[in-house]
Amino acid sequence: MFKKVVWGLVTLMVSAAVTAGSVMSAERKLIGIDGSSTVYPITEAVAEEFQKAKKGAIKVTVGISGTGGGFKKFCRGETDISDASRPILAKEVELCKQNGIEYIELPVAYDGLAVMVNPKNTWASSMTVAELKKMWEPAAQGKITKWNQIRPEWPDAPLKLYGPGVDSGTFDYFTEAIVGKSKSSRGDFTSSEDDNILVQGIASDKNGLGFFGYAYYAENQKKLKLVAVVNPKTGKEVLPSEQTVMDGSYNPLSRPIFIYVNKKSASKPEVKEFVEFYLKNSAQLVKQVKYIPLPAKAYKMAEERFAKGKTGTMFDGHSEVGMKIEDLLKVDEKKK
Amino acid sequence: MEDIKKRIAISKLWNNAFLIVGLLSTLIGLVLLFALFIDLFIEGAPRLSYKFFASFPSRFPEQAGILSAWVGTSLVMLVTAAAAIPLGVAAGIYLEEYARKNWVTGIIEINITNLAGVPSIIYGLLALGLFVYFFKFGESILTGGLALALLILPMIIMATREAIRAIPNSIREASYALGATKWQTVKNHIIPYSMGGILTGIIIGLSRAIGETAPIITVGALTFIAFLPVSPFSAEFPFISFKWLLDPFTVMPIQMFNWVSRPQAEFHVNAAAAGIVLLIMTLVMNAVAIYIRYKFRKKIKW
Repeated sequence: MFKKVVWGLVTLMVSAAVTAGSVMSAERKLIGIDGSSTVYPITEAVAEEFQKAKKGAIKVTVGISGTGGGFKKFCRGETDISDASRPILAKEVELCKQNGIEYIELPVAYDGLAVMVNPKNTWASSMTVAELKKMWEPAAQGKITKWNQIRPEWPDAPLKLYGPGVDSGTFDYFTEAIVGKSKSSRGDFTSSEDDNILVQGIASDKNGLGFFGYAYYAENQKKLKLVAVVNPKTGKEVLPSEQTVMDGSYNPLSRPIFIYVNKKSASKPEVKEFVEFYLKNSAQLVKQVKYIPLPAKAYKMAEERFAKGKTGTMFDGHSEVGMKIEDLLKVDEKKK
Repeated sequence: MEDIKKRIAISKLWNNAFLIVGLLSTLIGLVLLFALFIDLFIEGAPRLSYKFFASFPSRFPEQAGILSAWVGTSLVMLVTAAAAIPLGVAAGIYLEEYARKNWVTGIIEINITNLAGVPSIIYGLLALGLFVYFFKFGESILTGGLALALLILPMIIMATREAIRAIPNSIREASYALGATKWQTVKNHIIPYSMGGILTGIIIGLSRAIGETAPIITVGALTFIAFLPVSPFSAEFPFISFKWLLDPFTVMPIQMFNWVSRPQAEFHVNAAAAGIVLLIMTLVMNAVAIYIRYKFRKKIKW
């Protein structure tokens, strides 16, 4: 009986291994990608299509470690490509340099940060950057707790704030654009790495207000109400949409998102092919996953940038707020 | 007389009161679990189909499946079992049958008991430092399996010891009286008699490991992976390959977590369906444990 059981277990294990290995795989060509959860859906879509197109000859893995966590791995040389929802920071530039990692920075799409309230909220239909700052800046902690403290005609109701996790690139960008300094925010708001929790929170709280990526709004339009943000340059109230994010009028809460390619990996044919595939198909795939594509011109410029193998960042270690990506690429092209 | 009657009545009242409290406590746990299971089942069951098991993850919820996840989970469990079972059972037998009762053994025993209560993320961090960076196994099936093996090792050791302790000393004495060595006693009597308990412990350990996410995330399991590890069997000599051990992987709980955090409601259905599969895997393992215990208990005749 003892022997029988042992043999039974062995057979079970072997048969599991057989099933598992029944799909044979060819030579090991692996592209390792990690990083931002915001960029993940785009990279996943590209990886899916790319592997289909290559019939599995090249394997791609995509992880979610967050923009910061992704750069840590990238700068240690553990990944070929890093997804990033904000430009590389000065300290990450330094880390990569120490390890001799050179990288090519490529914008792949736009993401609008949507400011949202509960559909029952009848008063807040638009806000200025100054008002948002008043709500979110560190000095507001414990003091700004009522809607009427922001605008006197708004009701005397508690102001409940919801925002993404403080390790996310989304949080970094919002604080940079609104408060003026990255990661600088009040601490007494409901924070979650899972945007669905924020959606639920705002959807069930009449006095709630929160921000996160436009893609989550797009999937939950019935549960949430968008707040227009006043463009500081034109003074117009603008709602985020594909149109307004792309033409730059939804300012300052739209941002480009990036992939960073290890220069050394880029010389491998499979990585080169993947990145080229990425830039060629982004326009179409980005839309499918509810992000906003860059203008065709910008993709062309990114392709050229990759072909030339231009390393380094267009940004000097912080997020450039409210600038069009084509202009940035152009400016950077002239810098040498 | 009246006094005694009164006291009996009060005692009976307390007795019934506790009965009700006890029953309610039991029901709360059961009803909650049942409600959760029903909810999950109603949401996820329509999604279960052959295609769901045979497809890779995808950005289209209706095309996405759990192929890489369940294969990953199976292979990781294989590594976990291969590492934790021999080590755990051997350690348990040693501590119970061979080790002298002195302060060293005492410290080891206390540590094993404590290790069973260490949060799983700590094992993940240990595995990250030890297997990924020190032994350079990378973020692979091997690393994941070994991390989970560490996690369940104390459980297996403790189950083995409990099972061995249940064997009456007279059996050992009888064996020695016939001139058997210690190893002969262990091999012919201790292991067969404690087998039921040991196997139960192993399977309960494995069914805890199957649902663990934290240590697996720390060692770097990936979220999107649309290929399977290298096959363990090849057409050429030596026919068996261990290359799959170093392949990247994902597991069921990670796939579920990824789907839950998607904006589209259809992905949440996928997550529920994957949850059902995971629950069934765990239930089946537990059922096997119960069956084995029953089988072995019936067989032992002293």
